[in-house]
Order: sequence, then C-alpha cells, then structure tokens
Amino acid sequence: MTDRIDQIRAEAEHAIAAASDTQTLEDVRIRYLGRKAELPNLLRTVAELPPDERAATGKAANQARKALEQAIEARTEQLAAHELDARLERDRVDITLPGDPSAQLGRLHLITQTQREIEDVFIGMGFDVAEGPEVETVYYNFESLNFDETHPSRLMTDTFYVQPTPDIFDWQARLLRVHTSPVQVRAMEQHPPPLYIVIPGRVYRPDNDATHSPQFSQMEGLAVDTDITLGDLQGTLLTFARAIFGGEREVRMRPHFFPFTEPSVEVDVSCFNCKQGFMPDGSRCPVCKGEGWIEILGAGMVDPNVFEYVREHGYDPEEIQGFAFGMGIERIAMLRHDVPDLRMFYDNDVRLLEQFN
Amino acid sequence: MRVPLQWLREYVDPALDTPAIADRLTMTGTKVEAIHQHGVSALENFVVGRVLEAEQHPNADRLSVCIVDIGDHDPSQIVCGAPNVAAGQTVAVAKPGAVMPDGTKLGKAKLRGIESNGMILAEDEVAIGTEHAGIMVLEPDGLVPGTPLETVLPIATDVLELEITSNRPDCLGVYGVARETHAATGAPLKPPPWSEDPGSSGDPAGITITVEDSELCPRFTARVFEDAKIGPSPPWLKARLMAAGQRPISNVVDITNYVMLLTGQPMHAFDLDRVAGAQLTVRRARDGEQIETLDGQRRTLDHDIVLIEDGDGPTSIAGVMGGARSEVGGDTTRVLMEAANWNGANIHRTSLKLGLRSEASGRFEKQLQPEQAMEGQIVATRLMLELTGARLAPGTVDVGGEGPPAKTIRLRDARIESLLGAAIARPRCVEILTALEFDTADAPDGLDVTVPPFRRGDVTREADLVEEVARMDGLEKLPATLPSRHGAHGQLTPRQKLRRRAADLLAAQGLHEVVGWSFTSPDLNDRLRLGPEHPLRQTETLTNPLSTEQSLLRTTLLGSLLDIAQRNRSRGLATVRCFEAGAVYLPDPAAHLPREPHYVGAILTGAARPPSWRDGAARPVDFFAIKGVLAGLLDTLRVPWTLVHASEPFLHPGRCARILADGEPAGWVGEIHPLVAANWDMDGAVAAFELDLDVVPVPTTPLYREVSSFPDVREDLAVVVPEHVSADELIDAVQGAGRPLLAGVEVFDVYRDPEKLGEGNKSLALRLTYCATDRTLTDEEVAQRREAIAAALQNVLGGRIRAS
Repeated sequence: MTDRIDQIRAEAEHAIAAASDTQTLEDVRIRYLGRKAELPNLLRTVAELPPDERAATGKAANQARKALEQAIEARTEQLAAHELDARLERDRVDITLPGDPSAQLGRLHLITQTQREIEDVFIGMGFDVAEGPEVETVYYNFESLNFDETHPSRLMTDTFYVQPTPDIFDWQARLLRVHTSPVQVRAMEQHPPPLYIVIPGRVYRPDNDATHSPQFSQMEGLAVDTDITLGDLQGTLLTFARAIFGGEREVRMRPHFFPFTEPSVEVDVSCFNCKQGFMPDGSRCPVCKGEGWIEILGAGMVDPNVFEYVREHGYDPEEIQGFAFGMGIERIAMLRHDVPDLRMFYDNDVRLLEQFN
Repeated sequence: MRVPLQWLREYVDPALDTPAIADRLTMTGTKVEAIHQHGVSALENFVVGRVLEAEQHPNADRLSVCIVDIGDHDPSQIVCGAPNVAAGQTVAVAKPGAVMPDGTKLGKAKLRGIESNGMILAEDEVAIGTEHAGIMVLEPDGLVPGTPLETVLPIATDVLELEITSNRPDCLGVYGVARETHAATGAPLKPPPWSEDPGSSGDPAGITITVEDSELCPRFTARVFEDAKIGPSPPWLKARLMAAGQRPISNVVDITNYVMLLTGQPMHAFDLDRVAGAQLTVRRARDGEQIETLDGQRRTLDHDIVLIEDGDGPTSIAGVMGGARSEVGGDTTRVLMEAANWNGANIHRTSLKLGLRSEASGRFEKQLQPEQAMEGQIVATRLMLELTGARLAPGTVDVGGEGPPAKTIRLRDARIESLLGAAIARPRCVEILTALEFDTADAPDGLDVTVPPFRRGDVTREADLVEEVARMDGLEKLPATLPSRHGAHGQLTPRQKLRRRAADLLAAQGLHEVVGWSFTSPDLNDRLRLGPEHPLRQTETLTNPLSTEQSLLRTTLLGSLLDIAQRNRSRGLATVRCFEAGAVYLPDPAAHLPREPHYVGAILTGAARPPSWRDGAARPVDFFAIKGVLAGLLDTLRVPWTLVHASEPFLHPGRCARILADGEPAGWVGEIHPLVAANWDMDGAVAAFELDLDVVPVPTTPLYREVSSFPDVREDLAVVVPEHVSADELIDAVQGAGRPLLAGVEVFDVYRDPEKLGEGNKSLALRLTYCATDRTLTDEEVAQRREAIAAALQNVLGGRIRAS
C-alpha cells in the first residue's frame, strides 16, 4: 500500500513540476487531491485496513497529501508570480503619450496677478485695500486734489468726460477718473486718521499707443498719521521694490511736481536687468536705456491743501501728515515680464494669457 | 523745453560735462529727458577756407569749380553750387569726413565729372540758419585758412531737452534754468541780461495805452523804437534760435523770440505806423464780437476774452494771437514793443474756447509774473538797439507795475525734520535758499524766508520751502524708514476676499481671465437684439470718446466677452473658456454718478472637456456646461442659489435662466441665441453667464457639522414623472418625503421611452443617500422612507417609482 502511495506521490510531484500555468496546476490538484482522487480516497478507507497497516498507511498517505499540498502551493506561487510578470509586461504602455487632461486650468489675467501681488506686499505692511468709483466728478478727480484750474490734465484732450456735455470747470461735471487718486479724498472722508490704504483700479485717459492705452490700471497708496515722513515713503517703496523686482534693488527719489503732493518726487528703481546701465557684453541695457534706473511711480507728501478739503473729517494739516504714491500696474507687469506693448493686455489673446502662470 | 548748453553756459558755467550737468538738474527736479547734439559733429573736419579760384564748371551751368585754401599744404578742389561764390571770399568748409546735422557723413564726390573734396557751406547746412540760396561769406578779420570753424561759428552745441513741471514757469527761459543750474551745482551765476536798462521811465510821447481790466491784465509795458531796419539777424542769434528749435525770420521777430526763450516772457512787436491812432486799448470783448487772427480765421469772442484794439478796432486776442493788420513787415521802421502780463486762468479758458493755442498762450496760462514783463522789455530794448539800428524813444509805458509785495514764510527747523524724517541744518538751508534767490532771516524756531517774485506762484507755504531745501540738499540723503503704523493692520475686506475667491474658482475650472474694455459701442445693443425698452440700453455716454466704437460705458460684460471669444476663435482656437470680473456702469436716476456693481461674466464655446487621444470627440458646450461652471462657483462660495425661468433677447429662449442668489436676482445663465452668436461670427453653441457679485452674500464662517460614524445606505431609484415636472421639483418632493434620514439626492440619468414609460413621461434616475449620525439604519427604516417618497411622487407630482 505504501508503495502505491509513494508511486502516486512521485507521479503527482512530477505533474506539479511539469505544470506550466496555474490552470494546469489546478487540474493536477484536482487529479491528485480532488474529491475523486485516489490519495484522499485512500485516506478515507484507512479505517477499513487491517489494524497493523492502518498506522503506517495512514501516516504515509497523510504525509504524501501534505507534501503535495505544499508543493502545489509553492508551485502556484511561483507560477502566479510569473504570470503576473507576464501580464504586467503585456500592459506596457508608451509613456510618452499624453496624460489624461485633468480639469482644465485657467489663469488670472496678468494685470490681476500683478495687482494682487502688489496688494499683498502692502497688506503685509499694514495697508488695507480701498476702492472707489470709476465715473467721477471734477471735484474728486481734480479740485480736491489741488489741481490748478489751468492744469492741462483737465482738458478734453487728456480726460474723458461723461455726458451731458459738461462745463469742465464745474466741480460736479462727470468724467472717467484719470487716476486712482480721487479715492484718497473719498477714503479720508470716510475714515479718520490713521489711514493706510492702497487703491487699485481702472483709470482712463485718451491716449493710444505702445505705452498708452485709453484704459489702464493704477495702484495708489496713501498713509496718513501723525508722524509719516518722506523717509517713510522711501522705506515703504524700497520694501515694495524689493518684493516685486528682487531683493537687491535700490530706489531713488527725484524731485518732481504733482498738484496733490508737496514735496513731490518721482521714484526710480535700480535696473534689474543690468549693472549700472550696461550689459555684461558692454552694450547699453535695453530695459533702462543705459540709465541704470527705471522710473516706476510718482509720489510725495500729501499736500496740505488736500488735507484742507477733509479737515472736518479729522485731517488738520498741522496735526497729521502723510505720503501718497501712484503707479501703473501694467507698467510694473511690462517691466517684470518683458512685455513690449501695453495693448497686449487688452487684446486678451489666450495664447499670451496662458504664458503668465 | 530745449536749452542749448552753449547758451546756458553764457550765464552759468559749471566745470562739468553735459551729462553731469544733466544729472544734477534731474536730481534737483528739472528732469532732463534727452541730450541732443545740435549741429554738426566730427568738428575737426570743419575749417575756415579762402577761395583762391572759382571757375565755371565745364559740364554744369550752375556749378563752380573752386580751389580753396583750407590751411593744408595743398589747396582743395571743391565743386560749389552757390551763385554767390567768388575768388577771394573767406568761407566755411566741410572736409570729407565731416558729419552733417542730419547725420550724413561727407565723402569725396564727383560732380558732373569733376572731383570735389568737401563742401563750401551755407548756413542751413550747419543748422545755424535757414538761408540756403548762397554760401556764408565770413568777415576776413585776419582769419587764417584752416582755423577750426567752431571757433568762428556756433556750429555745434549740446541741447538739453527739459521737462519743466507746471509749477515752474520761471524755468521756461534759459536764464531761469541757469538759476536752477547755479543752485544745483554751485557754479557762479552771471547777472541777468536785464540788469542794465538802457531805457527811461515816464510816458512816451505819441502813443496812448489804456488798460480797462487790470485783473485780467496785471501789467502792460511798451516801448517805441524809431528808425529800425528790418533785416536778417546775426549768425550768433540765428544759431541760438535754431538750436532752441525756433526758425529765424527777421531781426525784430527774432528778437521777440529770443527774448522769450531767454526770459520766458512772450513779446509782441507792432508796426507802430499801422497802429491806427497810435493808441491801444486792452479790454474785454463784447459778446459776439469778431476778429480775424494772424492765421486768417474769423473768430467770435465773448465777454470773458480780452482783446487789444487800436483806433480801427480789435487787432489781437490778448496773450494768445496777434492780428495781421499791425504785423511787423519788411518796410517797418517804427516798432512798438509790447511785453504784458495776463491772467493765466483767463488765457487758458480763452485758448480752450477758441481752440487756439500758441507758444505765448502756453506760457501765459502757466501764470507768468508781472516782473517778467519788464525784464523782457529791457532785454528786447538792448537787442533792438544793438541789432536793428533803432533809436529808443524816451519813456516806457508801464500800466500795472510790479506784482504784489514779496511774501515771507516761516520755515521751522522742526517742520523740516518732521516732514522729511531727517534734519537739514539751518546754515545749509540758508545756503540753499540764498542760491535760489530767497532772502532769509533768522527766527526763533527757524528762518523767515522771503520769496523772490519769480517764485511767487509756486512757493506760498512752509511745505513748499521744505521741498526747496530738500531737493537741493539731496533726497538721496534721506533715510529709508517704515511708518510706525499706529494701530494699522492690513487685510482684505470679506467682500474683497469673495471677489478674489470667485476669480480663483473660475480659473480653477479652466477659464482664462480676460480684461475687456469698459467702453462699448452703440451698436452693441442691436447686436445683442435688445429691444428699445431694454434696461441695458440705459448707458452713460462719453462726451469725447476716442472713437464711436468706444463711446459708451458698458452695462454688461457680455459684449467684451463675445468680442474676445470671437477674436480668439478667429486666431484658430476652437475652444474658448474665458471670464471677466469688473464694473459695469448703470445710470442711476436717483444719483449723480452711475452705479458700478462688480460683475463676473463667463463664456464657453467649443468642447466641454479637453480632448484626449483615449476618448472620442468631446461633447460641445451647452447650457449644462455653463451651469456646471456657475455651480462650481456658487456652491464653493456657499451661496444658496437657484435658477428660475426667464428670458433675455440675447439668449436661447429654451435654454436660459435667471440666477437667484440667496433669493435675490443676481444675473443670468444660458446659451447665447444663435442669431446673436452669428453676429460675432460664431456657429455652434456659445454658453455664458453674468453674475452681479455684489448681490452674492459674503460667506459666513463655516461651523462644524458632525460626520456620521455609521455607514450610509445608498440606493438608486428610477422615477417616472410627467415631462413638465422639473428635476428641482422632483428633488424637492423626494427630499421632503425622505426627511429626516435622506441626506442626499442626485440625478444621474434621464431617460425617455414613450412605449415603456407612456407618452409625455420621462424617467429620472436618482441616487439616494440615507444616514443617521447615531445608529446604523435598518432596512425597515429605509423602506419606510422609500414608501413615503413613493407616496409623495404619486400625490404631489403624479409620478411613480419605476424600479429600485
């Protein structure tokens, strides 16, 4: 009997080793260990054997079954691993084909990106963001900002007026604001000092060429407190310039004239494209035209005459003082991103919009 | 303004080169916008020559072949086209290599077969005059051939192009710039050219001047010159005018221009013999009065315009333009030289009203000071005597006299420091202010500063003086500090955050932000098919638009979105997904200014999804594509919102809706009407929405809501309802009946089949989620809710459950 068991075991072990896939192996298992197979049946009939054979036969059959089970298990694992490898190999893809498009991604317009970035710099310095109307009155756009009646900006050649056809010297005449500065006065009417605000927004002037658009965006700044100085203006703008144009930048103030600031300055930032106006090859820097400095904004100490317009709101020019500045957002973006033509911002060519991410 | 350096250096001559002077001026407030080289360059090639021979050119009637001694070993042969060239003349010669004012470089040439080694020069060729008919014949005066020409004629100078800010009309003259240069560099300043007056006071005989309105004409001065000889100006004067950008005409006219460029004061020369009655009256015009100006135009005046008239009537519009009648001409011998001061604001308005600007009006409107009139008069007198051979008749008309007395302003040491953030020592202030011709006197807390007449209009307050000392001391010396920020904090308001979030959400859904024009075209309303009474037709209109296409202010973002979509499509983009956020301008009958709500608008056209090589063609956009974008926006902003039926003439009548945000009308969403899309050359569906973001409530702070730790029960339900039942109605009914265990209902399929469902019915497949936070739901509980839902469908909507 044990001979037969050995024989079955040997046959089965051979078949297991010969099985080349898991299906064949399963057939082998059924053939040798299935319900109808000889070995399990033999085990079931051990009780019918003579008592002296029972122990030896039972033991041998059991050992044979366990050995076969282990062999099948081991072989299964082996074959399964091979089969997985083979299947994975068949699944190989051309990894250079495009990936599934995820949800499409849009971008904020470069003006918005730049505006937010500037806002965030000033928010970090303790400024709030204020807004005001784009259709304004002569009072807020010129008069309360100390613009002389003869100031050329008031002319129809420099300002869009809104119908009915206005007398442009009438304080109530309506116009499209030419700068964000009217919001200075509006904000001071609303809030007593101290006041720290930046004012982004659309402004309008009747110009149209590579560096002028009839519609563009400005960022105004206003800080009013008991002790604001021109040095504070310089430090604030230095912080701004370094945040936007790089940590190595310097700023310089040049005296200038604006009706609503005194003293007034124009502010230059040191060129980020060159060293003192010259490129490494010795040619003149195309960004700053060899100057080493780039004009970025106008600024100054708030003119006492402007405070006179809001004195009753807590702005006595002997008690408080402040600085103001104004810059073109597109100009900042053009400088940073090397955009050659302001009109590109209003063309909205998606191929260009996609570049600024 | 153009200031020739060679002219400036006559009054102040710092030991600095042109760029260094330009830098000092720029850094003290007189911005140099450009440095031009006026005249010729390669100066070594310009020399004095002597014509030794001048023969007729064998092949050309009008040319002469000249042999010219130019100081070299051998004389040069030069072909000359001037009729006045002759042997023995001392002339100006440009040798080969010379660079002419227009930048061309002179070479050797052959003219009609004869070699020419250079050029004998006419004055226009070196930009020191306009004469071209003949060559310049120089006074021999012992001039040796070969003498560098620049030592004889002003053939080259740097010219500063200055930006003179509107507060500094005193710098609209060379001497004014010289004063600034003196203060900025410390180089000594020569006395002004009007420091010695050859004239006398008292009324001159033979003329009568009346000024009726001294407010509009604060000063009127005049002098009479007899026996003037009209002719060309001398080379030095012509050269200065040319370098400053002014064409020489004749000596008297050139003198008026020269004086203006030097002193800032516009002058006017009358031919006194043509001044009827030898009398001039300055008066306001009568309403409707007419005058013919120098440019030949008849102009109608009014009471606010000042004119000058003689015995025969008006001759000129004061401060703006003279008349032809009394103009100086070639036969003039008696000259009345006028230098007046006018009210700047009035000149400005006059020039605006008449649409007439002149060099004089442009200066007067910046408000010159009365003292300048006499300064100009004095310089003109000296030149008239020197250059025209005229005699000055005794006396000077001077109506109005000098301006108001000088003002003295206290400049406190403490104020300087508090405004600038750094102190400037008092002696330094004195030094600066003195250089700028202010008088100073010590005061207990600073200086008492007296303003010179030429700064009267600009410096009126302490802050103005602070600027003066700061700009000259050097702004670069100021510290870079930060405000101490008492109580200041920086943050966006909740609404500003909402606006940022809205833009971010649309970009996150694959839409590119665009920035359209606030302007729009009158034909937009028709292109959008708006009826005559449509509220969007109520627009604000510009008085002076750049073009009709930009003459209105937009009342909707849709126009610019369609424009931008069309433009991108025409550039080959099949799919365009864009949004814009910004103001629209809605006239408000109750207010002076329009309302400017902050809108956000989006437009989709082309494929609803990005294409992939693994799928077929993507579905084109439609109502649900744009609704999905809107939902992504509003759901994330946590706004309760719904759509209700509505119609707009520019939208597909069956695929449009009004947006209600928190119950308030907040805009529209839909497919663009095909006829409207066609107006923008777009076929295929175009879908869009416009949302008034100001109506959308600011999201409140989200509060914690418990998440159940027990499993949800999900089941799908196919519901048959009549066609007219909307998905919203169905969901409302299901939600109502499913409470409190039903946590979510989603439509995941819509199915129509008249045979199986019956005519006029549709089947919506719903996915239901039940849950409780405190227990695992039993089948019985769910079954109860399902029955309640079935009952509600039956009773409320006339529907039924098809399968589960």
